[in-house]
Amino acid sequence: MNPSPRFMVNAGLLIALAAAPLIAEWLGDSFYTGLLSRVLILAIAALSLNLLIGYGGMVSFGHAAYIGVGAYMVGIGAFHAFEDGIDWMLNGYIQVLAAIFGSALIALVIGLISLRTRGVYFIMITMAFSQMLYFTAVGVEIYGADDGLTIYERSDMLGLIDMSDEKSLYYLIFVSLLIVLYGLHRLIGSQFGAVIRGTKSNEARMRSIGFSPYKYRLAAFVIAGSIAGYAGFLMANLNDFVSPDMMHWTRSGDLIIMIVLGGISSLFGPVYGAVAFLFLEELLSSIPLTIGGLRVGEYWQLIFGPLLIVIVLYARNGIDSFLPREERRA
Amino acid sequence: MNWLLFLEQVLNGFQLGILLFLLAAGLTLVFGIMDLINLAHGSLYMMGAYFCATFTAWTDSFLLGALLALLATFILGLLVEVIALRNLYARDHLDQVLATFGLILFFNEFVRLVWGPIGLDIPLPALLNTTVEIFPGVPYPTYRIAIILIGLLVAGLLYLIVSRTKLGMLIRAGASNRETIGALGINIRLLFTLVFGLGAVLAGLAGLMAGPILSVEIGMGDGILILALVVIVIGGIGSIKGAFIAAIIVGLIDTVGRSFLPELLELFFSEANAATAAPAISSMLIYILMALVLAIRPQGLFPPRGASG
Repeated sequence: MNPSPRFMVNAGLLIALAAAPLIAEWLGDSFYTGLLSRVLILAIAALSLNLLIGYGGMVSFGHAAYIGVGAYMVGIGAFHAFEDGIDWMLNGYIQVLAAIFGSALIALVIGLISLRTRGVYFIMITMAFSQMLYFTAVGVEIYGADDGLTIYERSDMLGLIDMSDEKSLYYLIFVSLLIVLYGLHRLIGSQFGAVIRGTKSNEARMRSIGFSPYKYRLAAFVIAGSIAGYAGFLMANLNDFVSPDMMHWTRSGDLIIMIVLGGISSLFGPVYGAVAFLFLEELLSSIPLTIGGLRVGEYWQLIFGPLLIVIVLYARNGIDSFLPREERRA
Repeated sequence: MNWLLFLEQVLNGFQLGILLFLLAAGLTLVFGIMDLINLAHGSLYMMGAYFCATFTAWTDSFLLGALLALLATFILGLLVEVIALRNLYARDHLDQVLATFGLILFFNEFVRLVWGPIGLDIPLPALLNTTVEIFPGVPYPTYRIAIILIGLLVAGLLYLIVSRTKLGMLIRAGASNRETIGALGINIRLLFTLVFGLGAVLAGLAGLMAGPILSVEIGMGDGILILALVVIVIGGIGSIKGAFIAAIIVGLIDTVGRSFLPELLELFFSEANAATAAPAISSMLIYILMALVLAIRPQGLFPPRGASG
């Protein structure tokens, strides 16, 4: 089978991302490696959220909370290793497991309650629970309350990966992205994925052919939460810092923007969306135009906000609609 | 436990509940009638406070400033509805969430551009900047009492409008079945615009009344919006009565919980543990309440009659 044009575009994007740090190094500007690391971590989180929104029709508005939970696992580990000399808490593998299982557990509890509801109730409840986690983080004083925690030592991967080297961290993130993409591709193509998608389009029909949508939805909710928790593990290592702000509901809004910007109906959409979101932020905030002594770029959200409304009203499928069509499998 | 302090906290909780009600009423009306989830409702609250700060400074009178601010928020609400939100009623909730999120970004940045990044103060008029002895030896700020009274007055008015007037009849009909009132020849577009304007005024009123006690700053509506969402989820989306009762409950639990949970926990745990856990737990209280209500009644306490879903 010849590769489809869509496949070529996606592969081109991945190859460009693989080569990016080398090009940045060659240009002598490592700023872009850091920026792209951020883009890819957000892409991983957005991909997991799109399993819920794009495939499952569950508009979860609290996804940033799981990123925060994952990130706090690194922050708390580093804190106790630094303050109390508990060395095993700096172990990156333990931190990864804590981030994944911690966020999965919290997603399970939140999912159990909020998946009982539909539509706008679901949006508001996921939002409210994420805000609850935000305020909990603000309330916990030993972990810095609203100032957050500075991470003095990144995760110790036992010599396998040097997390403090920007390039190795970037490739860890990149490989993680590939794994998540492949995993989601398999998941969506499986029977599980078919039930999730079927429930989005017609829940009563799924019920009548013998599936219990609630269990499948809950499983998807937990999977998405744990992937976001892993993204949080990466984010904490990249930023050397965790704070409640990572979990604020407006951060969850950013993730939804990325998904819609990229196009919710395709696997790769969120990756394009995350790239486009941060690219737009960089681009709009560097507009050199000055009006009446005010630099337009400094107020970039004045443009970005209305732009979002225009995208919602007139470009429903985001970037995805500009890419070559995927051939439908028979 | 100190009963006088407790009484003061109950009043504070009541006052927060009133503010939440004003915000939640508009949100729940707009959702009930237009099926629109408007995240930018908190921005209207913020704009009300900023308008009031500016007009109070211009006119040198809080009352005049507040009235002008209400008018300005009403006009702003109409503009937002006509320019942007009108096109979103028929869209799915994801689109609405995203577009109104765009509005939040716009308004926060707009405020930063016009009023600068530093917050403003609304000075209280001398008349309200006093205290009243609600009980012998218990002074309580007059202004907070004024908030409670105005809030109750507005709630009463709103009740009369919704239950006794033609507009109210249309509002109730709209909350039960949108399509039918359109088919009966009612000018729905105008009704929607008016309802949105009414919601904007209520949000603006909440914002400008909160201004002198909390600070007037960028993003001040983003946090309280979530509380208002919790209120309408608990109360039942689309129900004014539900919004009122839930707002008072949430206001009371949040305020009283924050001040007395540490003492309560000390009964069971050591003082140090109680002091550590209390702030985190007290901020979770209302969300736990929401989870409980949903577990028992997923449609909220008072779902409007005949509303589907």
